[in-house]
Amino acid sequence: MSSSTAPPKIRLREIRKAFASKVVLDGVDLAIEEGESLVIIGGSGTGKSVLLKHIIGLMKPDRGTVTVDGTDLSTLGYREITGFRRRFGMAFQEGALFDSMTVAQNIAFPLERARRFDRSAVRKRVDECLGLVRLDGAEEKMPSELSGGMRRRVGFARAIALKPAILLFDEPTSGLDPVMTALLDEVILDLQRTLESTTVTITHDMTSAFRIADRIAMLHRGKIIAIGTPKELKADTDPRLLQFLEGRAEGPLSE
Amino acid sequence: MATLIRLAESFFTEMGRFAMMLWRVLMWTPRPPYDWRQLFQQMQRVGVQSIPVVALTALFTGMVMALQSYRVLVRFSAEGYVGSLVGVSMVRELACVLGALMVAGRCGSAMGAELGTMRVTEQIDALEVLATDPIHYLVVPRVWATALMLPLLIAMADAVGIYGGYVVAVLMMGANPVTYASNSFQFMELNDLTSGLIKAAVFGLLIAVIGCQKGFYTRGGAAGVGRSTTQAVVLGSIAVLIADFFLTKVLF
Ligand SMILES: Nc1ncnc2c1ncn2[C@@H]1O[C@H](COP(=O)(O)OP(=O)(O)OP(=O)(O)O)[C@@H](O)[C@H]1O
Ligand SMILES: [Mg+2]
Repeated sequence: MSSSTAPPKIRLREIRKAFASKVVLDGVDLAIEEGESLVIIGGSGTGKSVLLKHIIGLMKPDRGTVTVDGTDLSTLGYREITGFRRRFGMAFQEGALFDSMTVAQNIAFPLERARRFDRSAVRKRVDECLGLVRLDGAEEKMPSELSGGMRRRVGFARAIALKPAILLFDEPTSGLDPVMTALLDEVILDLQRTLESTTVTITHDMTSAFRIADRIAMLHRGKIIAIGTPKELKADTDPRLLQFLEGRAEGPLSE
Repeated sequence: MATLIRLAESFFTEMGRFAMMLWRVLMWTPRPPYDWRQLFQQMQRVGVQSIPVVALTALFTGMVMALQSYRVLVRFSAEGYVGSLVGVSMVRELACVLGALMVAGRCGSAMGAELGTMRVTEQIDALEVLATDPIHYLVVPRVWATALMLPLLIAMADAVGIYGGYVVAVLMMGANPVTYASNSFQFMELNDLTSGLIKAAVFGLLIAVIGCQKGFYTRGGAAGVGRSTTQAVVLGSIAVLIADFFLTKVLF
């Protein structure tokens, strides 16, 4: 985590988002420092994915601002935001692979669109990324031939292919076996160490959260109710957080 | 009253989306990267693969036109003009409108379904995240491929339709092959041909923009994709028919 004198890499102010009459985000404030690894936890359906989509500008807040590298996303036109997104990589919860392309073409897509790499460099990077997620040999498979966990790993590989400065992972490891989960956690940590990427990861896996997080934030009822280093959270006495961390069925969250 | 307001509201939403889609297509078209592979793939799908349907439509339309016009023209002993009538009607009107309707059913629906599926499976979001404008990548090649290929398809349909009329007239009604053939082109002007082809290009543009727009704004899972597909065909076809009237009136 960098010193707090530098302006945050990503700053969310008073974000509010409702779908029809359903309020999902109700005043979310969040500052993410450069090079930090933030993990977002929270119950299913509380709006974690929605929050992540606000950070990258896929959804627009009803109120509030999202600032990335000092730029307010709402000030960018559709052409500017397209270029702006080069600094991001995002892995979707369901993979969101292009189903008309092979695995290799999916991972090569961001590289080819960036137009900075020749053919052999693209191939090399695709192989590298597939190796990182342990899917060597799956190059020519179509997404429909893959299992859910494999698809998610390809989505992960596609997100990191361009080595972006900001990485957003929406449950990259859910549905994976513990060994694979640990492996991807290693990859995330490694990206952070070597590229100093800023990463935001959503996960339901607490072991994984404590392994990769510099800080953990808990989202509940549209607000961040707790945020801090893993150590701080373990010492926190908020009953909602305690229930979540301990995974109990009874408690304030279930009411 | 409330339903009327809702209807008007959705009408203006659709028109707004259409204008926006068309505008973005025009804005993105001159910008690199140029995706020739996508363009050719779409030209292949829209153009080459539509040949059988469009040819069959034109063939039978030409044949029916010959039968019908013979029945009527013979009443004032003008049956010598069957060829002229079939030729001009095909080239000015029937080939391009019926051909466009077939393409709306074949390709407009496919675009609605394809983009709709990409929308509900977050593939369109993924494009955006990968610094690729989905309109640039998906819609631009589809629109130009359709606008370019439809006139070519219609030129072929013109020929097939006229041939169909010829076959019926000569084989079934005993017309003289040589006079019928010369009759076919006797009163035809270049403008008849070009007006049909220009209309075809506009129809192609409309079909593709509407199909893509329907797919692009799909919501709600598989049922939503189904709705988009249906609407792409229905609205595409209606747009063709309405545009046909105005183009015919204004231009020619
Ligand atoms: N495009 C949308 N239109 C309408 N409602 C939406 C949309 N996207 C999300 N929602 C609603 O927002 C709420 C939060 O959804 P979100 O996907 O962010 O949950 P989540 O925290 O990621 O849950 P999970 O852990 O199960 O993935 C849900 O109630 C969902 O119904
Ligand atoms: Mg989610």
